[in-house]
Amino acid sequence: MTTSTVEFHQTGDLTAGNRLQDEQQASRQSTQQRFNSLTAGHRACQGCGEALGARFAIDKVMELTGDRAFVVNATGCLEVFTTPFPESSWNVPWLHSLFGNAPAVATGVAAALRAQGKSDIRVVAQGGDGSTVDIGFGALSGMFERNDDVLYFCYDNEAYMNTGVQRSGATPPMARTATTPIAGANPGNPFGQGKNMPLIAMAHGIPYVATATISHLRDLEAKVAKAMEIRGARYIHIHVPCPLGWGSEPADTVKLARLAAESGLFPLFEAEHGEVTDSSKIRRQVPVEEYLKLQRRYAHLFGKSADAEGIAAIQKIADTNIRRFKLLREEE
Amino acid sequence: MAFNPPYAITLDAGSSLANKTGSWRTEQPLYLDRLPPCNVSCPAGENIQAWLGLTQEGRYREAWEEIVINNPLPAIHGRVCYHPCEDSCNRTSLEQPVNIHAIERFLGDLALQEGWPLPTPAEASGKHILVIGGGPGGLSAAYHLRQLGHEVTLMDAKPAAGGMLRYGIPAYRLPRDILDAEIERIQRSGVHIKVDTSIDNLANTLHDNRYDATFLAVGAHVGRHIDLKTDQSVPLTDAVDFLNGMESSPSSPSLGNRVVVYGGGNTAIDVARTAVRLGAEQVTIVYRRTQEKMPAHAFEIEEALEEGVELRALRTITAITDGKLQLETMELDADGWPQPSGGSETLAADSLVYALGQTVNAALLQGYPQIEVAADGTISVDERMMTAAEGLFAGGDMVPADRTITTAVGHGKKAARHIHHYLNDQQLQPRAKHETAEFDLLNTWYYPEEPMRSQPLLEMQQRTTTFNEVLDGLGELSSKLEAQRCMSCGNCFECDNCYAVCPDNAITKLGRGNRFAIDYDYCKGCGLCVEECPCGAMKMVPEIG
Ligand SMILES: Cc1ncc(C[n+]2csc(CCOP(=O)(O)OP(=O)(O)O)c2C)c(N)n1
Ligand code: SF4
Ligand code: SF4
Ligand code: SF4
Ligand SMILES: [Mg+2]
Repeated sequence: MTTSTVEFHQTGDLTAGNRLQDEQQASRQSTQQRFNSLTAGHRACQGCGEALGARFAIDKVMELTGDRAFVVNATGCLEVFTTPFPESSWNVPWLHSLFGNAPAVATGVAAALRAQGKSDIRVVAQGGDGSTVDIGFGALSGMFERNDDVLYFCYDNEAYMNTGVQRSGATPPMARTATTPIAGANPGNPFGQGKNMPLIAMAHGIPYVATATISHLRDLEAKVAKAMEIRGARYIHIHVPCPLGWGSEPADTVKLARLAAESGLFPLFEAEHGEVTDSSKIRRQVPVEEYLKLQRRYAHLFGKSADAEGIAAIQKIADTNIRRFKLLREEE
Repeated sequence: MAFNPPYAITLDAGSSLANKTGSWRTEQPLYLDRLPPCNVSCPAGENIQAWLGLTQEGRYREAWEEIVINNPLPAIHGRVCYHPCEDSCNRTSLEQPVNIHAIERFLGDLALQEGWPLPTPAEASGKHILVIGGGPGGLSAAYHLRQLGHEVTLMDAKPAAGGMLRYGIPAYRLPRDILDAEIERIQRSGVHIKVDTSIDNLANTLHDNRYDATFLAVGAHVGRHIDLKTDQSVPLTDAVDFLNGMESSPSSPSLGNRVVVYGGGNTAIDVARTAVRLGAEQVTIVYRRTQEKMPAHAFEIEEALEEGVELRALRTITAITDGKLQLETMELDADGWPQPSGGSETLAADSLVYALGQTVNAALLQGYPQIEVAADGTISVDERMMTAAEGLFAGGDMVPADRTITTAVGHGKKAARHIHHYLNDQQLQPRAKHETAEFDLLNTWYYPEEPMRSQPLLEMQQRTTTFNEVLDGLGELSSKLEAQRCMSCGNCFECDNCYAVCPDNAITKLGRGNRFAIDYDYCKGCGLCVEECPCGAMKMVPEIG
């Protein structure tokens, strides 16, 4: 989505901020006032994309609600690395119950607040791809159907990371996980399985669905802001690279998010009431190899046993996204 | 007693701060300042990035003041410096370099318009220094010595100071009001300028007057000639004399209708374009190698060709007979050197101008047997710019180096600093140089595509008939936006990326102008901040201890 139309400022709106820019134009993350809802001392791996995505999202929510928000968290890395007894990294009202019930718990919290007449306190729920796409799927679908006043964030690192990298319904084709090993004629996760959660959310006809990624910070914050203007069920699916599960360098976390978006593998778009309304255009298109080769979970596609066909099949997914979500700038 | 947690546990907000995750680290991020390549290649040693940074913010006066720390002639350099900074600008690898010289010109012109004075010199030192030669090297030395508190007398043999700036560079490249104004400003800072004062024997001059040190920069203005068989049917002159004549008595020089210039350097171009403006019908440059191999800058060759100058490359002149030049055609050998290819042709001419390079007239050094004068007249200096004679320093075109005005300005500055230390019986200690901010240290994703803003050219009819300035300047907004194309290679420009991308909140933003601090209690050493710093102002180093 177009976040701003600033006059040329050296880095435009690509960096978090810029000394040449007013703080109002810059991202919340670039300000000294940011909330740090998820603070230091947490036990996430070095370069964790999920820790970053969660702070980006919840800090923006806190800004927009004047610090009056309530967060419900599903089981998963984000819960485990932030709250090992007796410590918590959260600076926000935060509640964890079970792996699969976060949407239902959030629905309950929203109902309780409504019953108390506290309409200014907003409810947010969050979980990993496993809890969202698979185990909490039923509860989430119900929350959507009832159009409960909850903003749900899915932090998609494309597997069950906390328990040792098992495949989820969001694991991409050919990726190696503990349960989709490199073996046999079709190594890694098979093609043609899994679920596209943003499209499923859209199929519920809820007011707002968006995808976002940690490399496109201002876009992410703008989508949170848009979602917070709306009441009812809203869903934002955030791509969060995982150095441990993907076998990538911790320093490459943001770069991988960027390459996923710039290759077309992770399309950035928004939808309202089931219709796609906007998509972020690719700026410097890259072939999928650029993205895949930095990750050991795709190592079998390269080197001695290079698999050109496999790469081409993944490229096809990117090309389909590019067409479907109109990711290329139209020639002027 | 068995631990019996309650069904629901409340944990204190932010209590994880007790967990110092910094202990996980094996490498640590650091902030550092690297030298931008533009600064490295500026012969005058300007901190280009710093003044571009100030220009980005609209702080024009401070930007100009930053330039004059190193170079007192920004309006002149913004016009006639060949800007090696732009050749090495990292932005070139993205699309085009930052138009540094146009911004320098904007700042230089603004300073003249607004009457900004040069900084007030330091307290009087009681020392008196003689500078010989009022070209860029002499002017720069005089300015810097004056800044350091010394009394400075600058002598020049010509009726006005400026050296090659005035007697070598045509007015369509450097308008004289600009030249005069920047020289006058140096004079106003307290330098005594004595024109029409030629020194034939330096040893005698220094014997009769007491100076604490001397800086010599008389340039190289003896045109090089070659022996050519000629029946005298085509008059011969050289570029130096011709351009000098243009300035001293503009009405006198006449080259006729068919002018041939022999040579491929910038001076050859200057002569050819001047001849066009004087009304010559046919101006031809003869050069022995190819156009690509011409030492003149490509853009100046282009501009000359646009103005109707004809180029006969791969030709040498072998003789003059019957009002015609005999040309021999050339081809390049494997090493790129011209060899006769057997062909010949003739070229009718009313005059022939040699632009074959210049040598130094070092006759004024006759009283210094210890100073060795090379065949081309140049003299050598040590790393302090001092000649073999105690207290006598030299620079500019008369010492072996690149012959550009900016190199001369750099020499003047360097010599001034060494003279200052010499007078105080001290040695100037070389400062440790920061490492260079190479292109591969940048994360260019963060710089939006933005083509260079170029300067408008004068319309062609005026270009070929007047000496009006060919290139127009950039306006305020364009200069500011162009400055914003600078990527601040190697030095933090406060984009907040490192602060934003740290998953462990280990970076603290200290507020505008104060940059950032790393909290090593929590930094896990992931390297994300370093990777996402657009400009290479951070690096990872192994954990110590
Ligand atoms: C009902 C139930 N089944 C299994 C688990 C074990 N478990 C804890 S976290 C987790 C994986 C979470 O994966 P995901 O939701 O993708 O989050 P991530 O850790 O990848 O961020 C699993 C399987 C559990 N806590 N509860
Ligand atoms: S981008 Fe700026 S700092 Fe980098 S080389 Fe060019 S002018 Fe210098
Ligand atoms: S991003 Fe944070 S944790 Fe990672 S190296 Fe930089 S300061 Fe340390
Ligand atoms: S990332 Fe931005 S703010 Fe941080 S050091 Fe680099 S230029 Fe400065
Ligand atoms: Mg997961």
